[in-house]
Amino acid sequence: MKKLLSEFTVGESGRIVAVTGEGRVRRRLFDMGVTPGATLIMRKKAPLGDPVEITIRGYELTLRKSEAACAEVEVL
Amino acid sequence: MKTFALAGNPNCGKTTLFNALTGSTAHVGNWPGVTVDKREGVYRGGEKPVKIVDLPGIYSLSPYTPEEVVSRNFILDGQPDGIINIVDATNLERNLYLTTQLLETDVPVVIALNMMDEVDKAGDRIDAQALEAALGVPVVPVSALKGKGIKQLMDRAAALPETRKGVTVLQDEFRSEIAAARAYYEKEGVSSPLFHAVKLLENDEIERERKGAKEAVAQLNADLEAEIADRRYGYISSNLASVKVSAKRQTLTKSDKIDRVLTHRIWSIPIFIVVLFAVFHLTFSENLFFLNGFTEGQGWMPTLEELGYGDGFGARLLACFYDGAVFSPGVMLTNLLNLVLDYIGGGVSALIGVCGGAAWVDSLVCDAILGGIFAVLGFLPQILFLFLGFSVMEDTGYMARIAFVLDRIFRRFGLSGRAFMPMIMGFGCSLPAMINTRTLSDENERTATIRVIPFFSCGAKLPILTAMAGGILAVFGVGNVDLITLSMYLAGIVIAVCAVLLMRNTTMRGEAPPFIMELPAYRLPAFKNVLLHLWDKAKHFVKKAFTIIFASTVIIWVLQSFSWRWEFLLQDAQQLFEADPVKWQSLAEIEGLVNVQTDKSILGSLGAFVQPLFTPLGFGAQLGKSFGWVFAVAAITGLVAKENVIATLGALAAVVAGAYIDWEADEVATAVAMIEGTGITIPAILAFIVFNMTTIPCFAACATAKAELPKGKFRWTLLFWVVTSYLSAAAIYTLGSWWWTLFIWLAVVGAAVALIALRNTGKFDILKIFKKRSKK
Repeated sequence: MKKLLSEFTVGESGRIVAVTGEGRVRRRLFDMGVTPGATLIMRKKAPLGDPVEITIRGYELTLRKSEAACAEVEVL
Repeated sequence: MKTFALAGNPNCGKTTLFNALTGSTAHVGNWPGVTVDKREGVYRGGEKPVKIVDLPGIYSLSPYTPEEVVSRNFILDGQPDGIINIVDATNLERNLYLTTQLLETDVPVVIALNMMDEVDKAGDRIDAQALEAALGVPVVPVSALKGKGIKQLMDRAAALPETRKGVTVLQDEFRSEIAAARAYYEKEGVSSPLFHAVKLLENDEIERERKGAKEAVAQLNADLEAEIADRRYGYISSNLASVKVSAKRQTLTKSDKIDRVLTHRIWSIPIFIVVLFAVFHLTFSENLFFLNGFTEGQGWMPTLEELGYGDGFGARLLACFYDGAVFSPGVMLTNLLNLVLDYIGGGVSALIGVCGGAAWVDSLVCDAILGGIFAVLGFLPQILFLFLGFSVMEDTGYMARIAFVLDRIFRRFGLSGRAFMPMIMGFGCSLPAMINTRTLSDENERTATIRVIPFFSCGAKLPILTAMAGGILAVFGVGNVDLITLSMYLAGIVIAVCAVLLMRNTTMRGEAPPFIMELPAYRLPAFKNVLLHLWDKAKHFVKKAFTIIFASTVIIWVLQSFSWRWEFLLQDAQQLFEADPVKWQSLAEIEGLVNVQTDKSILGSLGAFVQPLFTPLGFGAQLGKSFGWVFAVAAITGLVAKENVIATLGALAAVVAGAYIDWEADEVATAVAMIEGTGITIPAILAFIVFNMTTIPCFAACATAKAELPKGKFRWTLLFWVVTSYLSAAAIYTLGSWWWTLFIWLAVVGAAVALIALRNTGKFDILKIFKKRSKK
């Protein structure tokens, strides 16, 4: 099953299928290791529900929901 | 001398390694054109001294942040003899991503594998030799924190060959594409052709703008960006398998456990408020342990006077630490410094007396110059203490969590969660707050934040609030001092929020900057780093105090002390007292010169000249010609330091009420004298407070803003401060005086909002219409 990273609930994990988004945001996502093929776990959400925190490539990354919506992820 | 560049991710121990390498030789400057720290130093541990340039922490060599651009330019065009690439061994995968890009340049590279001790502690093993074999460049395990492996690292760096041929991990997959792009750069005669070629394939903005570059790869599948990034990581993880042996992980690391509490859904914000309170309390409180109860004026601890201490050195020294309550460390240091400065001032004054200097020389040197510089220097301990608190929060990784927790709120205003810290620091002092905006990645966000920082009323503005609020209560018998003070603070915040919203919708339009950020593992801060950091700040601050403050205090002193006919207006306090003890009884205890005829001074007549301008704010023409200018003059002297506003009013009381008032002894009496003497109304007093809070801040803050803002923005920032303060004060005065003006203000604000909204949706652009008309 595929869905956007922004739709993940806490504790779910998945593998990235595709990354979309405008140039600057997309580049930044790639540089931080959010690339097709990478696996991740949704760790937590900020007290107000946004941004979210994921574990990817062995470290903790935080990004906003709008940015997480750029990643299409296959649920594992 | 050979030059090595130090490159690596943020939070990988780069600063610690830099400090360990260069020690006290380091000095901090700016990279040209951007407000990114440039640190340089010399390593003297080897045969020959080596220059080390610390590049900013980066994750990649993409051209999207100033940090990345600066690093890229230095590596490619700065002609370093080598790159020391520091890699956090606890997070090899992401750290090596940058390494794969560095290896594509023709610059020799040596890798410093940092935090190996933490890897060992976790039970993992990393084979440095296998990594060296895989990457083809020297790899040296080091511990920057403990200073281990540094000699070996620098020995291998010194032994690096003069040049290196760039290699890429992408060779297998994209051989033909890279060859095509590379051929173009080689024909152009560019150095590091491989690096440029790969960047071009990655759709890099800088490379695509190069003439003929797009055409060179036009026939290729242009968008390889995702594939290349994936391939880099793929290469790293397949190589890691042979290099890193992981022990079985516990389910929760220490960092996770701390995080569970500090970013808890409910508790995170209360915990943060407590931490913030603690930092401010340790810095500014004069009642550290609440021994005197929680509010002022209910103390049961004896003051030194009650304990029978005299006025000797011992008593003064003791009073730095305790006087009716135990002070906070920040206040203790401030008191100690001021005690020393006081003795220096006294010494200089005595010296002038011995040398037979005139009284005006004493006044100029001691009261104006030293007084001005000391007033600013006196803040240094508290500023540094505030810095210390925030550096520790930054270095432990807590600051990143605060940004995480608060981002949602700040995004509404077009800022990121990171902007919160500088703003809250503004309540202490604008200077460290403005410097702290360097943690913001987006230039617009930084500019907007610097502009509104002064609205977060700083410590020096507090006397204006309390004195005026006390004056209102004493003269009109209405209100509550704490309530008025608090609501004025809130007014400042509201104005700041409105101003940010306005800027982000007009002059600084654009998306909120991306918030894709690492949450680093919690670490204990390296105290050597923190102290070196503080030392840098202190140096900057002292330099500023001695240049801009020096100049501005002299100018204001001259304007205040001389009339247009160049008569010297200051008079000896004791002589005045002896001539008329009834009128000047307040001068009985004051030594030296006082100014009881500011009305005759240049500044006084300037004040009278600009007075009508303040009519819409309530302290202009309606106060009459005789005393109406005093508030304008007070606001002008406030530019040197905001304490001067009330101090000047105290001196002006000599003109208005016929009694000189030492504001430090009784600030409320100062306000009362001015209110009764001038007949100013309550709305006008409130307008005066708000005007002083939001107008141009003190000169020291202006100098900092100029240094921290992008080029050319400072002039507009000054204008912004003047306009904001004028409009806010005018709104408060008119609304307070005539309630029906509410409808006028609402209509104006509504029209402005509507016009901006229409413009931003592109439906109706009034500016364009004007431009078209003027063209016709």
